[in-house]
Amino acid sequence: MINISNLHFHYPGSEFQLAVPEFSVAAGEKVAVVGPSGSGKTTLLNLLAGILTPRQGQIHVGAVAVSDLGDAGRRDFRISTVGFVFQDFELLDYLSILDNILHPYRITGALKLTGDVRQRAFRLAEQMGISGHLKKTPGELSQGEKQRAAICRALLPNPSLILADEATGNLDPTNKTRILDLLFERVAEHDATLVAVTHDHELLPRFDRVVDFQTFQSGEDS
Amino acid sequence: MIDSLYLAWQYIRFNKFKTIILVASITLIAVLPLSLEILLAESERQLLSRAESTPLLIGTKGSALDLAMNSLYFDDEVPELLTMAAADRVYDTDLALPIPLYVRFQTRGHPIVGTTFDYFDFRKLKIAKGQPLTILGDCVLGAKVASELGLGPSDSLVSSPENLFDLAGVYPLKMQVVGVLEPNHSADDLAVFVDIKTAWVIQGLGHGHEDVTRTRDSTVVLKRSEGNVAANAKLFHYTEITEENLDGFHFHGDTSIYPVTAVIAVPHDEKSGTLLRGRYLESEDAQQIILPAEVIDGLLQNIFRIRNVLDAVIALVGLATVLVILLVFALSLRLRQREIQTIFKLGCRKAMIGRMLLAEILIILLVSGVLCSAVLGVVDVNAEELVRRLFVG
Repeated sequence: MINISNLHFHYPGSEFQLAVPEFSVAAGEKVAVVGPSGSGKTTLLNLLAGILTPRQGQIHVGAVAVSDLGDAGRRDFRISTVGFVFQDFELLDYLSILDNILHPYRITGALKLTGDVRQRAFRLAEQMGISGHLKKTPGELSQGEKQRAAICRALLPNPSLILADEATGNLDPTNKTRILDLLFERVAEHDATLVAVTHDHELLPRFDRVVDFQTFQSGEDS
Repeated sequence: MIDSLYLAWQYIRFNKFKTIILVASITLIAVLPLSLEILLAESERQLLSRAESTPLLIGTKGSALDLAMNSLYFDDEVPELLTMAAADRVYDTDLALPIPLYVRFQTRGHPIVGTTFDYFDFRKLKIAKGQPLTILGDCVLGAKVASELGLGPSDSLVSSPENLFDLAGVYPLKMQVVGVLEPNHSADDLAVFVDIKTAWVIQGLGHGHEDVTRTRDSTVVLKRSEGNVAANAKLFHYTEITEENLDGFHFHGDTSIYPVTAVIAVPHDEKSGTLLRGRYLESEDAQQIILPAEVIDGLLQNIFRIRNVLDAVIALVGLATVLVILLVFALSLRLRQREIQTIFKLGCRKAMIGRMLLAEILIILLVSGVLCSAVLGVVDVNAEELVRRLFVG
């Protein structure tokens, strides 16, 4: 599913450097990425999603050479393939939770907002335990509830690649297990691939593979 | 576009106060000059229509504007007086119908217009309630006066003294309201009409008192001779004209020397008007004849010059407000960078982000437009009344 080779990236004006000689993830695989803060885990997810473009190297997701796509192509790729759970949720304050979950359908012509999509959104919200908050705005919700709303938004279009940046970071132990179960269920159901950044070492045994970013950048996979 | 409008509407709803301030600012910028335009156009229409319906005006040489404003709109600035002989002079030419006006006194804040019956025919004033002027001391109220003072036929009204501190001045006269005019949406609605002789009575030129030949109080009579009785100030003067004391009212001397403020001259035809104007060309003539439309037009030119300055000031204020609004939008965009970045990360094209922002601006402009139209509608509907209150009085 994911193939990265000779990837180099740095932010303009920053000393930070990300170098990934080789990295691959099989379709349907669930990979956890761990490592110290500032090591480039979130940057890697952004590169995989086509939000950032590498200075050098190749990123392939399925048959798509993401690193070769232009702006429009990368946006279309994100809409059609990627479900991204952002570290700080990135919900819009002025939209209700339901509108936030449906937001990707309102901002692109590629996704059609139908009654079926709405029904799926309600079901997903129910599974996430936030169905009672759909009319509220993010400001009225706890961090954990916002996290779950962000996960709903990422999962609703049934993406084939799920990128989760600390998706369970703000959840209590009960909800953490519940949400992870749901994520894994989705991955299995849609034969999707999951790449999740996490600091929670208790969860690592549940993943197929764990990548430690400290050794990862030198080309060692753990 | 529906999704863009939906998202824009949600943003606007969430940011109510910012939106209200923006809408209010935009509405104000648009409403101010447009309302002023409506009011000035209406004032021009009202001032000119009244002036144009008054063919010629004769008064004592002096301010033509004072003469026109007093005679047409019953302004309280009284022009130099002329005598009733001015009306006789017009009558004697057989070129026009003279209508004398004596607009000097007031009652409860409204002008008392002393005139003749011809004035009512000339202005096409019709009685809505009651009857026309019949005897000395009667008055007919303009429609607005009647509604403002809550008066009608069989009520009475007392003329106001010209000067509260002048003890030797004019006595207040209690006038009998006999009729109320139909509204004609002009200064006539705000006036109290009396016969010109009643106006002279108010001034004290005509008066009524107890019959000195029959008085039993010997201290009143100063001197009695054949056909003449001289009385002192103790003699009782009537302050109200009734059917019983009507015969006691009289005018001393020749009424042709009694004062009027102006004479409206209604020429029989255009040629007569031109000829009549020619009669007043002599530089030694103490009287002037004016075309009210010309005088009011001159006044309007001055108003329009002031309006140009006002328009420029409003344009500058408007420009400054537009710049502030643009700044608000620009700052708002900076504050919304994170939100825009999120939408972009989700896969939104830049054009869509542009459409959403455009939709927000469109909604704000639309709401402002609707609000502006509503305010302008109210101004337009009430323009006539507003102008009369603001400009005519």
